[in-house]
Amino acid sequence: MTLGKLSWDAIPFDQPIVMGTLVVLGIAIVGLLLLITIRGWWSYLWHEWFTSVDHKRIGVMYVLLALVMLVRGFADAIMMRTQLALAAGGAQGFLPPEHYDQIFSAHGTIMIFFVAMPFVVGLMNFAVPLQLGVRDVAFPVLNNVSFWLTAAGVLLVNVSLFVGEFARTGWLAYPPLSEIAYSPGVGVDYYLWSLQIAGLGTLLSGINLTTTILKMRAPGMSYSRMPVFCWTALASNLLIVAAFPVLTATFAMLLLDRYCGFHFFTNDAGGNPMMYINLIWLWGHPEVYILILPAFGVFSEIVATFSGKPLFGYRSMVVATMAICVLSFMVWLHHFFTMGAGANVNGFFGIMTMIIAVPTGVKVFNWLFTMYGGRIRFTAAMHWAIGFIVTFVIGGMTGVLLAIPPADFVLHNSLFLIAHFHNTVIGGVVFGVLAGYTYWFPKAFGFTLNERLGKAIFWCWVLGFYLAFMPLYALGLMGATRRMQHYSELSWKPWMLVALCGAVLIFIGLALTAVQLIVSIRQRNLHRDRTGDPWLGRTLEWSVPSPPPPWNFGRLPQVQTLDAHWVANHGGSNAPAAPTTVYRAVRIPRGNPTGIFMAFFAVIYGFAMIWHIYWLAILGLVGGLIIALVQAWRPEREIEIASEEIIAYESGVARGVA
Amino acid sequence: MRAASSRTFLRRALPATALCTMLAACNEGVLAPKGPVGLAEKTILLDATVIMLAVVIPVILLTLYFAWWYRASNERARYRPDWGYSGRIEMIVWSIPALIVLFLGGIAWIGSHDLDPGTLWPGARKPLDINVVSMDWKWLFIYPEQNIATVNELTVPVGTPVHFHLTSSSVMNSFFIPELGSQIYTMAGMVTQLILQADEGGIYKGLSAQFSGDGFADMQFSVRVVSEQSFKDWVTAASQNGVRLDTDGYDALLQPSHADAPRTYSSVEPGLFDHAVMATMQTDTH
Amino acid sequence: MTSAEWVERAVYAPLSEQGPAPKEVVVGFGFWLFLLSDIVIFAALFAAYAVLSGAVAGGPSGPELFDRQRVFTETLCLLLSSVTCGFGYLAVQQRRAAPAYLWMFATIVLGLLFLRQETAEFAAMVAAGAGPSRSAFLSAFYTLVGTHGLHVTAGLAWLVVMLAQLATLGFEPMVGRRFLCFALFWHALDIVWIGVFTIVYLGAH
Repeated sequence: MTLGKLSWDAIPFDQPIVMGTLVVLGIAIVGLLLLITIRGWWSYLWHEWFTSVDHKRIGVMYVLLALVMLVRGFADAIMMRTQLALAAGGAQGFLPPEHYDQIFSAHGTIMIFFVAMPFVVGLMNFAVPLQLGVRDVAFPVLNNVSFWLTAAGVLLVNVSLFVGEFARTGWLAYPPLSEIAYSPGVGVDYYLWSLQIAGLGTLLSGINLTTTILKMRAPGMSYSRMPVFCWTALASNLLIVAAFPVLTATFAMLLLDRYCGFHFFTNDAGGNPMMYINLIWLWGHPEVYILILPAFGVFSEIVATFSGKPLFGYRSMVVATMAICVLSFMVWLHHFFTMGAGANVNGFFGIMTMIIAVPTGVKVFNWLFTMYGGRIRFTAAMHWAIGFIVTFVIGGMTGVLLAIPPADFVLHNSLFLIAHFHNTVIGGVVFGVLAGYTYWFPKAFGFTLNERLGKAIFWCWVLGFYLAFMPLYALGLMGATRRMQHYSELSWKPWMLVALCGAVLIFIGLALTAVQLIVSIRQRNLHRDRTGDPWLGRTLEWSVPSPPPPWNFGRLPQVQTLDAHWVANHGGSNAPAAPTTVYRAVRIPRGNPTGIFMAFFAVIYGFAMIWHIYWLAILGLVGGLIIALVQAWRPEREIEIASEEIIAYESGVARGVA
Repeated sequence: MRAASSRTFLRRALPATALCTMLAACNEGVLAPKGPVGLAEKTILLDATVIMLAVVIPVILLTLYFAWWYRASNERARYRPDWGYSGRIEMIVWSIPALIVLFLGGIAWIGSHDLDPGTLWPGARKPLDINVVSMDWKWLFIYPEQNIATVNELTVPVGTPVHFHLTSSSVMNSFFIPELGSQIYTMAGMVTQLILQADEGGIYKGLSAQFSGDGFADMQFSVRVVSEQSFKDWVTAASQNGVRLDTDGYDALLQPSHADAPRTYSSVEPGLFDHAVMATMQTDTH
Repeated sequence: MTSAEWVERAVYAPLSEQGPAPKEVVVGFGFWLFLLSDIVIFAALFAAYAVLSGAVAGGPSGPELFDRQRVFTETLCLLLSSVTCGFGYLAVQQRRAAPAYLWMFATIVLGLLFLRQETAEFAAMVAAGAGPSRSAFLSAFYTLVGTHGLHVTAGLAWLVVMLAQLATLGFEPMVGRRFLCFALFWHALDIVWIGVFTIVYLGAH
């Protein structure tokens, strides 16, 4: 039984950093497994979490996965910053090019695909069904499968650290550099297979949430009564369904080039690398909107809630969201103005890119006017919102600047570009998901996070961000390009040092996040959410207990207005009388191990394909097929919750004992 | 009050950071252009920034102001719990970004045409042609008219437009001289065009701006801008050093190497650049 | 609004206000979305084919390789299989076992005929030195047409499984929903094939 390209040489025994990480991680993982075994938690974890098809549990697992990968992605970032702070003049730093190139490629890949995406998908998974007033997403078992496929991708990417290597091509793996002629190792294959597997999970999740939002809402919840977060989730998931298949197809073509000698993107035999760039950015630009739209939605909820007012201009927010959704497919060429497409093409895409800035600007103004006339409570979540508005408009401004082709001609691929997209991704997406985490944490776990630490975390991130990235704007203007392992200008070194300080400050923020979790768990009785509505919220998730029962709503709410929860509680005499409906028995689906088994075989398949162990790959495929067949014959097993139990639960909550 | 002092701090720190950023970056690179292309691009950059700051700064200030004034503890602020729509505000809110975009869009369209990399601007002198091949990990410059070639060093006369014809012998790169202006990708099997001009003598830095592998950071070349007479003298001297660049020499250059010292070839085999363009299309035996 | 008024309103409320849709609607809609995403994959492959259709690298081009007669026969088989699939699904809806099996079996046969001709075409081309690694045009051709063929293969395997489900589980609602999904899938493949033979085979010049 051949092992393809795999041999003991694949393990980088000669790289102390990697080996050190392996030892530490190994001890941590073994320790964790031992702890779980000794405490007998396996059964609980298996039945209550791993096989759970409950959207709330799956949402939490996604967020946890994202937070863990944030540590890995950030470790890459700090190594890059340190290297650049050292490697000035003739100095070579501590990371030779072969390693530095893998680190920046892994940093981008992990942050986008395995931090930002799971975090955003996790928040949408958790909050959307609750906000829509329903019991779960459209396809609960598929939801679980999606999560585990993402986790499979995570596993493969992390295995690449210890067995073999990662891609050395940057996070989008442009050919011809990513073709077999110039990247003969397994690095690009790790990249491609882990993303194909995780991408499938994301696509299925997109289908799931789109169907949920369009076909499953509480009675009376017309589209104009849907919370804004659900609108942004809809736009984001529509984009997933439309854009991710392009990524799948493009990666499939690159895989065929690498494995079967095809010529889609090779230099020879008629291949066309420019086509890859077009296709990958056709996916790539919608991808950033997939990430930012739900973040906008989180902020819409937070600003309205903590201002004690409805969101200003609900209709134009919705129109702006859907406009961004459509327009995001018409701007992709701005990522390569310098490829020489000509003045008309460049001009067209420059203008389209600016047009998409209009609805974004509208949103900012609408948040401002939501605060106007409000009674603002400066919780940690509201801190994130203010920090976001200030930071994101700067990022948006530099984006519009880069959208002018002649400006881009001197700034493309420079550190100015790096600063711009970190400005929008950190200031927008990261601030958004951390805010959403803070905001919905009490709903998920029944107690709020420590507010003081929450504000400290915010300040670390905000100040750290400015320190880390403002110097990069300057460096870009000074002619510094991205992905350099070293540079000759000693005058750039002080800027790089300041940037490193910023990264350290963000690291403190990350560390505090872990501390906050521990402290909050310890203090949970102090900060218990006994009403289900710790923030005086406006939408339906705040009308159920914290944490909600598995069935979410004992009776589906009959929705009559926007901000249904707020109006029902604070509408006074204007609030319409809630109709009385009968309690019925509720059927909720049982846990299902299909997802975790599918992911298991996906990892086997992926690993085998990477190392060209084809008999093992076939085994992986056959295994997956068998799991699918088992699932096909599995009767739809559900648990029935009798109406009496629901009534008893709800009266218990009312008395404060549940 | 804690919240207020945090906001004041931000209000002061932000413009200060921006100012420092801009000042320090004024001495080199993109904001210190030495030629007409770079100068036009810098003008566009600064104009666009100023126009947008006219909106961005008030928005940031307004954000901080609203956050402070409408804080819950402020008794004087008027609470409007049911106010969520105003047609007039909506119209302004859509118009401001739309107008900015209209204006900047015009700049983008006109700028794209005026500064199209391969188009010579009106009133320019006859350009000097230079063929460029990006290699792993160095730059080859062929002067077709003068029949000489250099590696990692570009010598051009001041005040004369230089018309670059660029290709790659392997993966994508991007030819960029920050102080002269626009960059352009180099791609195997095709020729891209870029016209630049240096109006001040000196030595500038050139680099690749598109990551191309392990030796990428060493793909720097120096750009020597000299007087016309010095340029002629240099050409004469270079064509006398007796080293010819033929296909074999070219193939030797194809071997990966980095931090190559600059070198000069006194004659070039005819059709070598065309050979460079076509070679990778046959078999990519890198 | 009183409860009575609300109840009355609910009866005449627009579809968007009537609460979660029934399972069959939800499953059908979700599967439609999946089909749309699959069509986007094909769109990307069509785009690649369009860009690379002239990149023959000095090797054989479409007109030299394509056998329009065979393509016509393939198309007939596939389109007919859609017809038989349609009748088969009607039978499933009407819970009539024998016609369901018969029509679906015919679908399998026709699908297999399609696949046999396609594999024969590929084999002949490879033997003549026109394999996918010969040129970018051929890479794009094999991938586009081959991906469609792979979908057909997967569809036939799925149909076999569905018939096994019918045999073991009977006309359960779950089985009915899955046959709906299969029928949608099979018809969508037909639509893609029409694109393929128009753009690839008829469009070759």
